[in-house]
Amino acid sequence: MEQVLVNGLYLGAQYALIALGLTLIFALMNVLNFAHGQMYVLGGFVTYTVYGQWHLPFPVALVASAVSLALIGALLEKFLFRPVIRRSKRDESTMLLAAAVAFLFDAIILLVFGEKGRGVPKILNGVLNTGTIVIPYDRILVAALAVVFIAGFMAFMQFSKPGRAMRALAQDRTAAQLMGVNVNRYSNFGFALGALLAGLVGGLLVAIVGVNSGIGGAISTKAFLMVMIGGAGVVGGAIAGGLVLGMLEAVGLTVLHAYGDITYLVIFASLMIFLAIRPNGLMGKPWG
Amino acid sequence: MANRRSALTFLGAASAIALTAALALPAFAANPVLKIGFVGVTSGPAAAWGTSNVRSMETLADMWNAAGGVTIGDVTYDLDIVTFDDQKDPKLAIQGMEKMAQEGIHYVVGPNVDDGAAAVRPVAEKNNIIYFPYAFPKELYTAPASNAVLGMIANYQSGPAIYKYLQDNKGVKTVAFLAANESDPLSQRDGGVAAAKALGLEVVADQDTYANDTTDFSPVVTPIVGLKPDLLVLSGVAPANAPLIIRAARELGYTGLISTETAQDAAVLKEGAGDLANGFISVGGASTPEIRSDEMVKFIETYTAKFGEYNDESNTKVYALQYIIDTLKANPAALENVDEFKKTIDGFSAPNPYLKDPEAKLSYVGSTSFGQKRQLAVPMVVNEYQNGEFVTLFVGQVD
Repeated sequence: MEQVLVNGLYLGAQYALIALGLTLIFALMNVLNFAHGQMYVLGGFVTYTVYGQWHLPFPVALVASAVSLALIGALLEKFLFRPVIRRSKRDESTMLLAAAVAFLFDAIILLVFGEKGRGVPKILNGVLNTGTIVIPYDRILVAALAVVFIAGFMAFMQFSKPGRAMRALAQDRTAAQLMGVNVNRYSNFGFALGALLAGLVGGLLVAIVGVNSGIGGAISTKAFLMVMIGGAGVVGGAIAGGLVLGMLEAVGLTVLHAYGDITYLVIFASLMIFLAIRPNGLMGKPWG
Repeated sequence: MANRRSALTFLGAASAIALTAALALPAFAANPVLKIGFVGVTSGPAAAWGTSNVRSMETLADMWNAAGGVTIGDVTYDLDIVTFDDQKDPKLAIQGMEKMAQEGIHYVVGPNVDDGAAAVRPVAEKNNIIYFPYAFPKELYTAPASNAVLGMIANYQSGPAIYKYLQDNKGVKTVAFLAANESDPLSQRDGGVAAAKALGLEVVADQDTYANDTTDFSPVVTPIVGLKPDLLVLSGVAPANAPLIIRAARELGYTGLISTETAQDAAVLKEGAGDLANGFISVGGASTPEIRSDEMVKFIETYTAKFGEYNDESNTKVYALQYIIDTLKANPAALENVDEFKKTIDGFSAPNPYLKDPEAKLSYVGSTSFGQKRQLAVPMVVNEYQNGEFVTLFVGQVD
């Protein structure tokens, strides 16, 4: 059982980091970013190219993934999402735009990086074996980095000026504007930060689970699931949602393995009941 | 006035050029075009399956077209490969097959999965299309069905051979099965379980499954690793998932054998699992360095030059178009009449250009499994992955 709990915690840390960027963009702009999974995949392929193909150090590849996705996020916000939000009052417009971006990214990624699953050399060799728990060192490192990134992100949001501005925007866009917050600048910054997180986790996880061009949609679906569990638009909710989903998966796949693939059936059924009781999720914001 | 004159002059000159070109055209005319279709998956996690089909067909078509085309009867044709991505969705597969019918295509490679292949059957039969699925349901190939021809070795043909080999040579006594929760892998798992039991092997796990979009397989394989089976069978595993499962199992301490009955790609295994994939057994593409001919080497080189990277699955996928064209050559009446194609199947035999053995033949098989010849005869090459490449364990044949 110890192994199952370790699997769950590790999976939860991964998931939490994936969900953070999605919930940030939603909180700031009320945009459901269906392209989040594709951004994750793109980040994975950037690390694959820089670390796996060009043989540069892994940290360099991670930075490349983060920076390139931040740039893409900033450009998307400025030239696509901002004009649409300005011209249309309907939420569906940005949803459709995000879906279109997801399809576009899917096609580009398939074209550029091909159809094969890709992986990179292990960043750390060896396995920690305590007798009851077996976990490779590279997974320990990735989990630790995920925790550091999450803590860094939360500290940034809590204590920095841009972080405070983005939190103000998330709480009340009009009031924040009246208080002198530059809405365009911080929306752009927030979108870039959300995309950066997607790219960063994609780059981080390519060292463990590889990457392939077709998993973007599935990653987005899981990220939405976590956000629904934790509560849309709340950073703490995304982390909680990720940990809950990771733990549910790990425990379910072990306890229910003799009954076939009913783990996700149970998770989805439980989620429906849970949302019927708590439609805002664990920590859902009452606004927006 | 000047403008009008200029315009008339231009019009006249253009007409003269067009007329000259039209008169001259027959002398330089390209061959008539023979369209061959593909309906299958070229996007999403299973994109590798269909992409290797399409690229094999396009490579072969390019090679033949560059050499002047293919001569069927008295006419030499240029091949045109018409493709449709069904995204592994049966509804789209039907649309794809209807598109092929609208274009007057009678020979289609694909679909790649069971439900897609089953879904297109009515469309294919209604529109006189012979199709070559890479899917295993027997009802597609047994009478009264007659328009589908299996393009590869089925798991219920290769599985028993692999298990028997491992039982005899590696002392395997216990087996666990792991499959994605989708129709193809599940049906392959059920076939594998039955074959293992028939050989007297003890099946210690036959219900473990995973969602096909799983990225981290540690939670999935943890219960199986605890059972310590001699052999872990990854039923119908997608090439992108195989290295991840192998890596997770090995890192959790599994030391037994791992096998699958689907074709895999050595480069993907190397990148995804590295040395942890050593010893992984799969039904390889129907070609290995030991048995392949110069023609096969040329195909691989052309494919690599065209697409940047070869896909080992194409060792099998190269055959479908070859069979279609060689059967049409054997009976040109089949170009417009698929009943003629069906008649030709039974006695068809042609040299196999992809094998070194000069006695190797292309022929249709399947009598034992389907009661009629509705399967391409391709070598059943069982491989073991070692240090970045496949090593042949044994080569078999299907009747």
